[in-house]
Amino acid sequence: MQFSASPPQEILLPVRPAFIAATLVAALLLNLLPWSGLLFWIKPDFVALVVLYWCIHQPRKLGFTAAWLLGLMMDVADGSLFGQHALAYSILAYAGIVLHRRVQGFTLTAQVLQVIMLLLFNDLIMLAIRMLAGGDFPGFQYFLGSFVAGLLWPPLSVMLKLPQRTRPDPDHV
Amino acid sequence: MEYQPPPFFKTGPSPLARLLIFSLLSFVLLFTDARFKYLESLRHVFSVAVYPLQRIATAPLAIANRASEFFVTHSSLRSENARLTQQILGNTILLQQHKSLLTENVHLRELFDARERTKIHSTLAEILYAARDPFTRKIIIDKGFQQDIRSGQPVIDHIGVIGQVTRVYPWLSEVTLITDKGQVVPVQNMRNGLRSILTGTGADGVLELKFIPLNADFKNGDQLVTSGIDGVYPPGLPIAEVTDVERNSAYLFARIRCKPLAGVNNYGQVLVVRQDSEAPERPAEETKPQRSKKPKRSG
Repeated sequence: MQFSASPPQEILLPVRPAFIAATLVAALLLNLLPWSGLLFWIKPDFVALVVLYWCIHQPRKLGFTAAWLLGLMMDVADGSLFGQHALAYSILAYAGIVLHRRVQGFTLTAQVLQVIMLLLFNDLIMLAIRMLAGGDFPGFQYFLGSFVAGLLWPPLSVMLKLPQRTRPDPDHV
Repeated sequence: MEYQPPPFFKTGPSPLARLLIFSLLSFVLLFTDARFKYLESLRHVFSVAVYPLQRIATAPLAIANRASEFFVTHSSLRSENARLTQQILGNTILLQQHKSLLTENVHLRELFDARERTKIHSTLAEILYAARDPFTRKIIIDKGFQQDIRSGQPVIDHIGVIGQVTRVYPWLSEVTLITDKGQVVPVQNMRNGLRSILTGTGADGVLELKFIPLNADFKNGDQLVTSGIDGVYPPGLPIAEVTDVERNSAYLFARIRCKPLAGVNNYGQVLVVRQDSEAPERPAEETKPQRSKKPKRSG
């Protein structure tokens, strides 16, 4: 059996805080698009996905405060209980920060499974809150979004890492 | 005091400590929001921050709609024009009858010294999007506190009632649809005037009449209109149609399912209805009220 499946670590440039902020705003925008019908159910929670990405890859840069505030914004925009997304996102951020070394040790495709589990847990927290508050179970399609989000993880990782890649040395032959 | 080496890396409180702090904060918010309604002003602060993003996110759809409006063909415009002219002709007759009936009604009411029917004003609003909360049925419309929308006002489209404004932000408001679980509208059967209470079930397109005795006269196809006894919904607005009556003597009440008339899930324009009614004086409270603030759902 082979245990050295971890990908070769590359040395990346430091990430700019403005870039993190821009990706978070973009994720919020994607979440706010008027999704309806089938798309509504398979829509991944982009904010959760991007928060998780930064917590895993830059655990010192994105903290709980940002995740929590983004959660409150989602609560207002969605008309859900105030604090529902905030609680779920802070727990997600905690999981991301605590597990960041472990997740980074896997290859991109193996990371997908880890990410799906974390996002499903995120969904479960919100489901628990709403059912405690007297809501009905909306059906198992509620969890579809997290699987789609898991599939989006590899392209997202490659995309968000692009600005940090070192440029090939022009003097090099 | 014991000597401590300077921390090499300053990291602040541990992740677990932070998690506890933020979870506690969220729980406080959740509890206050679910049990009491004290957090509306805090919600407003966040809504002002999110508002530009909401408008930007819904802009592409609006622009696409405008663009497709621009590229209509001449023939489709002509046929639509012809259809509308015909419709207007048909409506004119009804409208004239309505006018004469209205004046007649006013005279009769004066004769009987009955209270005048309240006047109804309405504000046109556009549906921005359906709220992405799978647990409730809500839509967001583009008029808010600044346009004199108030919590509790009914919302209708060109066919009938679709819901009620339940939360108002400075420039947006949330409308809870009648299909939402726990949304209640007092209704009346148009055929025989029987009053009842219509509640949403949480499922799309299914409403239920509650607490109807087994022998009550409800049939498939009965049209239901708002009864207006709540003082929230103006009387006589079409709302639903009975689709299924199940009388099982094992139960105390009949199980009556209805379907909403208005396009509850369609995008488009809606009217927010405001009636300036002076509600009759509330009867004096017999006992001291335990709670000063009651939830403002219609009842």
